[in-house]
Amino acid sequence: MNLTNYLVLSGILFSIGSATVLLRRNAIIVFMGIELMLNATNLMLVTFSRMHGALDGQVLAFFVMVVAAAEVVVGLAIIVSIYRTRRSASVDDVNLLKS
Amino acid sequence: MSPLAAHLPAHLPALLPTALPAAVDTAGRASTGEAVLFWVLAPIMVIAALGLLFARKAVHAALSLIVVMISLAFMYVTQGAVFLGVVQVVVYTGAIMMLFLFVLMLVGVDSADSLVETIRGQRWIGVIAALGLLVVLGGVLLAATYPVPTGLGEANADSNPVGVAHLIFSDHVFAMEVVGALLVTAALGALVMSHRRRLTPKRGQRELADLRVAGGHHLAPLPAPGVYARHNAMDVPALDPYGNPIDSSVPRVLRVRGQEADANEYAARIDRVLAGGAARDVTPDPELATTPGGSAPPDGAAGAGTDGPTTTGEEAR
Repeated sequence: MNLTNYLVLSGILFSIGSATVLLRRNAIIVFMGIELMLNATNLMLVTFSRMHGALDGQVLAFFVMVVAAAEVVVGLAIIVSIYRTRRSASVDDVNLLKS
Repeated sequence: MSPLAAHLPAHLPALLPTALPAAVDTAGRASTGEAVLFWVLAPIMVIAALGLLFARKAVHAALSLIVVMISLAFMYVTQGAVFLGVVQVVVYTGAIMMLFLFVLMLVGVDSADSLVETIRGQRWIGVIAALGLLVVLGGVLLAATYPVPTGLGEANADSNPVGVAHLIFSDHVFAMEVVGALLVTAALGALVMSHRRRLTPKRGQRELADLRVAGGHHLAPLPAPGVYARHNAMDVPALDPYGNPIDSSVPRVLRVRGQEADANEYAARIDRVLAGGAARDVTPDPELATTPGGSAPPDGAAGAGTDGPTTTGEEAR
């Protein structure tokens, strides 16, 4: 099996994640779409690391995971605080903030 | 390993431990076992990712994302990234997705997606953009020429976590420090953002009790549901000293749903038992009524209606 298969799979997952971000309205599901995109990138990094026989790709994927954890903490705190004031987790309602 | 190694040529046992994970042959192709694993996992992952896209309920979306993440952990391990595979399960699936589920439960599981388009045609634009991204990514990935894969056998020589740790704490040590600062900042930021200043004075037990007395509400706990000889579930109301059912003794949810049982029926049974009659009753069973010499005939004869037990109860009284 060619290693390109992993890369194509990663591309498919990335596109599905971006479609989730574009199409869904629930802020939490949009967030999960971003997580899916990060995961797809990690798969690609790991595959490239194997192709080149160097571990730098894995180190980068590790940093992506750590940053994703930090991002999720902050993002979910924002969602919860918006939900408290607006009683809604829909991304459409957030534009009311601009008034 | 050792009984297996005894049958192998002398140079193979030394190769085996490094050759198992992430091995590629000289043409840069992965083993058949890995191909099987890939073709089993890849459809599952794509279907689960589509589940994230199409699931109506947010919890289902979260569960399908968990499936994707665990499959990814499998792939990392097969590709020689053992450390990342474990971190994927522990951090992503164990911590991040659980945080997602926690917030889902907090925000309300059944907050449905609104289907109103605020931007006209946004859905189609989104679909086209995603498909375009897929085509571009697939085209680039398939058209590019890659070097012959070398595999991680050499890099993972003294185990994968050791190799990754050497890199993290030598070349990337500054990034490591920055990431640590980022994590602390993120934790503080989450604390600050989810903190809510108390605008009203705190209501303790004493204030609540005073409110209750002032408002003329129930001072004691609400009456418990009824306990009868043959039924003591939550759905039967208790009887007050005059024999009338107390509505507030049944949980409000059951009352709203109309699942409250009729207390008179159970009270009638008690009356009947006290009067020395048989406890069995209610549903007039045609088979019982026709059996000769059974204990049922009096009840059955009283009338095949539901008011049979009540009438006997009245008579006994």
